[in-house]
Amino acid sequence: MVLVFSDDKKLMLELLGKGKELSKDHNKKLIAVIIGKGDDTLAKEYISHGADKVFIAETDLHAFKAEEYVDILENVVKETGAEIVLIGSNKNGKELAPRLASKLGAGCITDCTNLHIKDKKLVAERMVYSGNAIAVEQFNSKPSIVTVPPKVFEPAHADTKHKGEIVKKKIETKKYASKILKVHEMKSEGVNVEDAEIIVSCGRGFKSKNDIKLIDGLAEALKGKTIGCSRPIAADLKWLSEDHWIGLSGHKVKPKLYVAVGISGQIQHIAGMRDSDIVVAINKDPEALIFKSADYGIVGDLYEVVPKLTTAIKEKMG
Amino acid sequence: MNIIVCAKQVVDVSEMKVDPATKKPILHGVPQKISDIDKNAMEEAIKIKEKHGGKITVVTVGSADAKERIKELLAMGADEGVLVVPPEKYDYYVTSSLLAEAVKKIGKYDIILCGEASIDLFSGQVGPRLAGLLNIPQITYAQSVTAEKDRVVAERNMSDKMVTTESTYPVLITVTKEINVPRLPSLMQILASSSKPINEWSAGSLVSGKLNPMIETVELKGVPMERKNIVYKDDIDESVKKLVDSLAKDGVLR
Repeated sequence: MVLVFSDDKKLMLELLGKGKELSKDHNKKLIAVIIGKGDDTLAKEYISHGADKVFIAETDLHAFKAEEYVDILENVVKETGAEIVLIGSNKNGKELAPRLASKLGAGCITDCTNLHIKDKKLVAERMVYSGNAIAVEQFNSKPSIVTVPPKVFEPAHADTKHKGEIVKKKIETKKYASKILKVHEMKSEGVNVEDAEIIVSCGRGFKSKNDIKLIDGLAEALKGKTIGCSRPIAADLKWLSEDHWIGLSGHKVKPKLYVAVGISGQIQHIAGMRDSDIVVAINKDPEALIFKSADYGIVGDLYEVVPKLTTAIKEKMG
Repeated sequence: MNIIVCAKQVVDVSEMKVDPATKKPILHGVPQKISDIDKNAMEEAIKIKEKHGGKITVVTVGSADAKERIKELLAMGADEGVLVVPPEKYDYYVTSSLLAEAVKKIGKYDIILCGEASIDLFSGQVGPRLAGLLNIPQITYAQSVTAEKDRVVAERNMSDKMVTTESTYPVLITVTKEINVPRLPSLMQILASSSKPINEWSAGSLVSGKLNPMIETVELKGVPMERKNIVYKDDIDESVKKLVDSLAKDGVLR
């Protein structure tokens, strides 16, 4: 049995895509888990995307809480005898999977970028050392629990003829001493850096929030309106919302052109943009690490380079 | 307030070199340090102790040379250190099992603090695993922590949401890098730290029987990145012109 769970539907369809492949090759059933209110429409959608069974674990919880969700999933894994468990690697999934693994005495690998079965063992790849290496990890135990980040695998295709069963069960959980007091939606500027073809990014080289406007002009000249940034700009200074943040703990991007302006090039940032086709760096420090990860670089004050570059690009493109 | 901080000794990733031929990272000879975010956990523990009094014990699962690193945390403000030397082969399952037994041996605790993940492998498993093994609530990705006498409130960065979670004690909290700026110990503190105890506990003394890892690393692959590395350093007008010409040639200006 291959069991898949995420509270994010988009991610769930990608898990179903990979889960289908892993279960087909080995003649196993694919089970999708929904935690919350019994939602038949969603369950039917998961069936059309390849689930042989949808397990709806009904609960009174209003919001995601790792402790209770783990108790529920522990129950479902034991009841279904799942050997492989794929969990969506958003932050909820990342705090869920290791706790689930501890309850089941199981192995777990987070943020897998590749998954296959070799000699009946699940083998996973993940980025380590801030993107400087890929570790190939093998499970010597079952169940094998992994988390999968968004966009690693193709979503499953819908096939309305695919049949599956829906099972509903109310699972009681222990009461934990923790409780959620407030959920505050973060201010998002609706930016999707992961899909962008051209990204202009800013870092600590900018002296004030207002100065970031400089790169808007450059992004516009390049006919790409997507602005990215390094960790300090989003996480410490909060000059931009976190949907702009590119790096190891931010978003991973692969545009055709990535322009890093005033970014020093810490490896954590490189881990987020290393799959870009062409990288341009602008930095006043000739020793800045970013130049090692760039195709083209200009050593100079960004306050002088960016306006000149913007004008030159506009002229070139007519 | 009894606080336990879990800290890991890691290779300093920023000092790591890549073998030019194989593109594989060279791990040998890279300096070791306490994982950055674990220092944020340490700092938060000190702040809580400053407010409520109590004791801070720092626990590390690692090789014998990690003692030197534990001293840095004692200098920052921990009262006592514990080093657990793991068996030759270990994974997250083994590490968290050893930590759980060490915590039980330490005895009374109110708060366990960990970094959200270690900077070397960045798996983020140990915090939630340890909370699961101890069967206590977990508060992950805390960006701010307010500890009161009988309960703690934390604001958690869950990317698209900020979630405020409350818990009574005992509780395990993992913190992010943004929560604070870890203090640098003074020379006096560094000298005083040498008289603070570091207990060394073997895996065998904590767990009877053999702890077998659930996963193993079969290979460490390099990540090739081919870049042209053309850097224009001279006159800015000239540099801009050359860059634009190159980009046009590459077909990205359309």
